Amino acid sequence: MKYTTVIGLEVHSELKTKSKAFCSCSTEFGGAPNTHVCPVCLGMPGALPVLNRQVVEFAIRTGLALDCEIKKFNKFDRKNYFYPDLSKNYQISQFDKPICEQGHIDIEVDGNTKRIGITRIHMEEDAGKLVHSGATIKSSDSSAVDYNRAGVPLIEIVSEPDMRSSAEARAYLAKLKAILEYTDVSDCKMQEGSLRCDANISVMPEGSSEFGTRAEIKNLNSFRALERAIEYEVQRQIELIEDGGTVVQETRTWDDAKGMTLSMRSKEEAHDYRYFPEPDLVPVEIDDAWIARVKSELPELPAARKARLMKEKGLVDYDAENIVAVKAMAEYFDEAAKHTDDAKGIANWMLGDVSAYLNSENVTIEDFPIAPANLGEMVNLINKGVLSSKLAKKVFAEMLKTNKEPKVLVKELGLEQISDEGAIVKIVEETLAENPQSVADYKAGKDRALGFLVGQIMKKSRGKANPEMVNNLLKEKMR
Amino acid sequence: MELYKCTAHELHEKLLKKEISSVELTNSVCERIEAVEKDVNAYVTVECEQARAQAAKVDKMIADGEKPAPLAGIPGAIKDNISITGMRTTCSSRMLETFNPIYDAHVIKKLRGEETIFIGKTHLDEFAMGASTETSFFGPSRNPWNLDLVPGGSSGGSAAAIAAGEAIWSLGSDTGGSIRQPASFTGCVGMKPTYGRVSRYGCVAFASSLDQIGPITRDVKDAAIVLNTIAGVDANDSTSLPVEVPDFTKALRQDVKGMKIGLPKEYYGAGLDPKVDAVLRKAVADYEAMGAEIVEVSLPHTEYAVITYYIIAPAEASANLARFDGVRYGYRNLKAGSAPEMMTASRTEGFGAEVKKRIMLGTYVLSSGYYDAYYKKAMQVRTLIRRDFEEAFTKCDLLLAPTSPVVAYPLDGKMDPLAVYLLDVCTIPVNLAGLPGISVPAGFADGLPVGMQLIGRHLDEETILRAAYTFEQAHDYHKVMAPLGGK
Repeated sequence: MKYTTVIGLEVHSELKTKSKAFCSCSTEFGGAPNTHVCPVCLGMPGALPVLNRQVVEFAIRTGLALDCEIKKFNKFDRKNYFYPDLSKNYQISQFDKPICEQGHIDIEVDGNTKRIGITRIHMEEDAGKLVHSGATIKSSDSSAVDYNRAGVPLIEIVSEPDMRSSAEARAYLAKLKAILEYTDVSDCKMQEGSLRCDANISVMPEGSSEFGTRAEIKNLNSFRALERAIEYEVQRQIELIEDGGTVVQETRTWDDAKGMTLSMRSKEEAHDYRYFPEPDLVPVEIDDAWIARVKSELPELPAARKARLMKEKGLVDYDAENIVAVKAMAEYFDEAAKHTDDAKGIANWMLGDVSAYLNSENVTIEDFPIAPANLGEMVNLINKGVLSSKLAKKVFAEMLKTNKEPKVLVKELGLEQISDEGAIVKIVEETLAENPQSVADYKAGKDRALGFLVGQIMKKSRGKANPEMVNNLLKEKMR
Repeated sequence: MELYKCTAHELHEKLLKKEISSVELTNSVCERIEAVEKDVNAYVTVECEQARAQAAKVDKMIADGEKPAPLAGIPGAIKDNISITGMRTTCSSRMLETFNPIYDAHVIKKLRGEETIFIGKTHLDEFAMGASTETSFFGPSRNPWNLDLVPGGSSGGSAAAIAAGEAIWSLGSDTGGSIRQPASFTGCVGMKPTYGRVSRYGCVAFASSLDQIGPITRDVKDAAIVLNTIAGVDANDSTSLPVEVPDFTKALRQDVKGMKIGLPKEYYGAGLDPKVDAVLRKAVADYEAMGAEIVEVSLPHTEYAVITYYIIAPAEASANLARFDGVRYGYRNLKAGSAPEMMTASRTEGFGAEVKKRIMLGTYVLSSGYYDAYYKKAMQVRTLIRRDFEEAFTKCDLLLAPTSPVVAYPLDGKMDPLAVYLLDVCTIPVNLAGLPGISVPAGFADGLPVGMQLIGRHLDEETILRAAYTFEQAHDYHKVMAPLGGK
């Protein structure tokens, strides 16, 4: 039997407010343990939360960027569960009245556009971090807690179960991440945990309209983990059904090392969070003026930027889509494109060698060593014929090490292309004299001989001869 | 002269006139504590050394020509659920037996600004859950009028300290009557301000939507003076109200002419001790004689108030007390094998029976499948109770009711727990509606003090202070000292 996969994602994104959601402690990542704490985020007896209105502002901005309806009446609720990283043993969250509802994101997979619904976005606070002496909390003799993250604001963005493949889920998460970056509400650093993803996955017989029982997969800390986990889980569920079993509703965790999902707790063991309205906070009313202001201040979003790059810079759809996917990449592109008329050339380098470098070094474009202006200049040197594409790669490699201006490197490395006709004619004539057989072969119609001769000339010029001129001159001399 | 018997405003005058020093006064109070504390057990912690040092500082300020603030140099007692750095805050619980808070409550900051003196921390029912101080882990406080009786609660220690002369003024907290009822049982003035009038920041939360800090004092003027200092909006408490704070002492005029006093008929029904009723009838007659107009009003949902309270308060408490898990502070079971085991064992051993009962109640009413039937329904009834008061206040300016239907009862643990819950019927609705209420001594029944409760409109503490002051000044009930008899 064939099966249809049904996926919905729950994405938690830390908001980049300066201070925490309900106290004035810094949200900065990486401080010494328990240095960004106070009576409020430590859950000391008698301490009370006070809402940081910037959290609401960022949630509104996100909601508008995702075409959501912004709810005017907002309240907070307590979500009760015991865990040592949760200082009050309840999380301040929003339960039945989220700030945003009914939005959507358009994704593109294999050239097709698909709309993925967003059910809701709500505001809540993050918990601290636990470090166990053993493998799990229950098997550890001791556990240390760092409350620096406790109280950092989060938004949880819940999608509709509209995705049908790991590719769609990936595209959705990529697009969502891009929007969160463009709106400047989150750093979206998955490795630092500022963007976290859970997936609800089920399968149903193809053609069915009734969803299968879902499993919720937690701990998806990278795009790759998301894709692998979905593929593993879908296969697990299908095999289970094919073997006559049934999928049970449960929470599972992705074990990246083992490459499999493992059961955490069943539906029966699920927490009863006993939500009730947070009596320490007063409701927040969002008026039309607030929404209108945030809307007017909304920055350019990925879709608009893509359209602009296609229209103004002449990029093709695929290139534009990939350039805008990461805000910092798009900004790098814009900066580099200021230094050349060949935006397309910039795009080619960025999606080629630049991306390859970022992947191999596992760094982001923010840490890319070559200044955008230098990449632009290099493209210019190629277009002017100063650099062959082969030599350009050498310059690129050198720029990665030194970030010197390409012009300077070309001189330093003696890589300047020989485009002086006289010099090239001299080499061509020498080569022809040394290889009469090849000349004869060429004249006899063996085109391969031309390639051999070009190779000999490039060797003599140590790769610096302008290949186009070499070609033309060779043909001319052998006519 | 026995300075420990005086009111704060009398002592302030004496300090101003340099008739006494703060050190003399503090010594007087400390000697009194020395003499009677073993009988009364009002305090969890007494800090006479700290108090004397602060007194000497105030004396020097006065000697240097500074004008002291109304509570400067005058020793007060603080209920042990309010954070003061430099003293432990136990909530009368094993859970916090050795807990030293790292910050001052907002009210403490304000009082420190006045250079007042904190002489110690007083007993309460564990985490303020009770009406007798019997659930305190450190043993009950006793009623200075008769040491065999309860002082009321949960602010029983603060009330007993005032009645026994162990402090000049004190702070309590009131969630369902915890200031007014012990004030009534011990012949003191106890005031619960409007919800939001005083910041709760630093008061260990029992039921967040009901808790309110307020004064317990020897007379109405002192209550107004303490309220003047502690009231006002606080950026650290979102539920504190951003409204102007009047000078409450200016409301203290001996005049109730034309004032409409409502008698809610439901508060005078079955269960009201006839002797208490007689005292209140006399008080009503006195008001009438002084020119007030008496009207009967109805608060029809009164009968649902106690059960509503025993859903909402435990629900909030079940979350508020979740933080006491042995992880960051407080009692920890050291034998547990893992963090989850440690948390469970610490809570099991750190909390007393009443607290655990209420946490379980609260957990139950919030549970999936029960929320609508209990918590949600209770919130709806709460709205009806609030509307009852709004309706009543269209017919009168304030309400006069018993603080408690009974006088102080024996400290023998023989009271039926459910019957004790029901005794809060006159005070609980006021918390549910968030209104101000004050209990003032109105006379005696069998030699025991009877409190009269005046309930005001939202944010209208001034009217009930004025009515309370007028009554008080026409009588001498508040001037009778507790005999420390019995036992």
